Amino acid sequence: MSNEWPLWEVFIRGQHGMSHRHVGSLHAPDAEMAIKNARDVYTRRNEGVSIWVVPAAQIAASSPSDKGPLFDPSRSKVYRHPTFFDIPDDVGAM
Amino acid sequence: MPDLFEWLCRMGDNTLVLGHRVSEWCGHAPVLEEDIALANTALDLIGQTQMWLGLAAEVQGEGRSADDLAFRRDAWDFRNCLLVELPNRDFGHTLMRQFLFDSWHKLMLTGLCESQDDRIAAIAMKSLKEVSYHQERSADTVIGLGDGTAESHDRMQAALDRLWPYMGELFQPDAVDDRMTRQGIAPDLAALRSGFDAIIADTIQEATLVLTDSRFAHRGGRDGSRHTEHLGHMLAVMQVLPRSYPDARW
Repeated sequence: MSNEWPLWEVFIRGQHGMSHRHVGSLHAPDAEMAIKNARDVYTRRNEGVSIWVVPAAQIAASSPSDKGPLFDPSRSKVYRHPTFFDIPDDVGAM
Repeated sequence: MPDLFEWLCRMGDNTLVLGHRVSEWCGHAPVLEEDIALANTALDLIGQTQMWLGLAAEVQGEGRSADDLAFRRDAWDFRNCLLVELPNRDFGHTLMRQFLFDSWHKLMLTGLCESQDDRIAAIAMKSLKEVSYHQERSADTVIGLGDGTAESHDRMQAALDRLWPYMGELFQPDAVDDRMTRQGIAPDLAALRSGFDAIIADTIQEATLVLTDSRFAHRGGRDGSRHTEHLGHMLAVMQVLPRSYPDARW
């Protein structure tokens, strides 16, 4: 499989003021072509105003086997959720 | 044929025939990303065809539509340049043809944005954004494959050698073109050549390919007098549905 182009993770910003979101991945020989491919694969229905691509090999990820110690402790801590405040409409997207 | 109708068919038939050729890759390109990118390019070209042939039908004033012009004319009525009707052959050949056409197309549309005919300037402005991307993408691919492996380099050189004699037709104005230029409707085709040569020289050099000095040019597409044998076969596939089921709707 060494003939395959490297894998890139693609992040698209849907509109100004919003953050980039992960939309998927694709193969490309270099960063410039990865952006072009992302444009063609992920923004052809007018989904985006900005594209980021990151080599998938550069992403460090948490291990699924660590799920328990990493995430279980926060399950029962409802007091950490800021759900007791009313957010003014003027704030916009959070 | 009246000049303006004839000229609009030249623009619209270029994008129609190339759009169809590029669409032939759908589901067959070497990688998924290229497959989708080629399909996008084909759709852009077909969209531009709707505008050019839509205006041509309107100018003609015989109650025909863009679809009628696309699907109910025969090969000898088509006014596309020979370059775009050539078969796809391999992926490198398809992308070299795309790069050569895109580079001409971008210059032509840039000139047409200044057209005295507002309808033509509007179509050119809308198309230019799409075509600027096509040109950037096809130039990158030509460089990537030309300056790639020994095999990809040889295929790109063979494609360039084979296609180059089809470029001249796009820069040789005839009486129709001359009248369009005099009326301020379209740029002088011959004057586009120096800008084109500069763009091509840069990219071809970066792609480590060699351009021949020959200016020999096949011609006969833009006036319909001598299309290649390939156009009729392509139209047979492209037109079979509307010709077999006239006025079908879906």
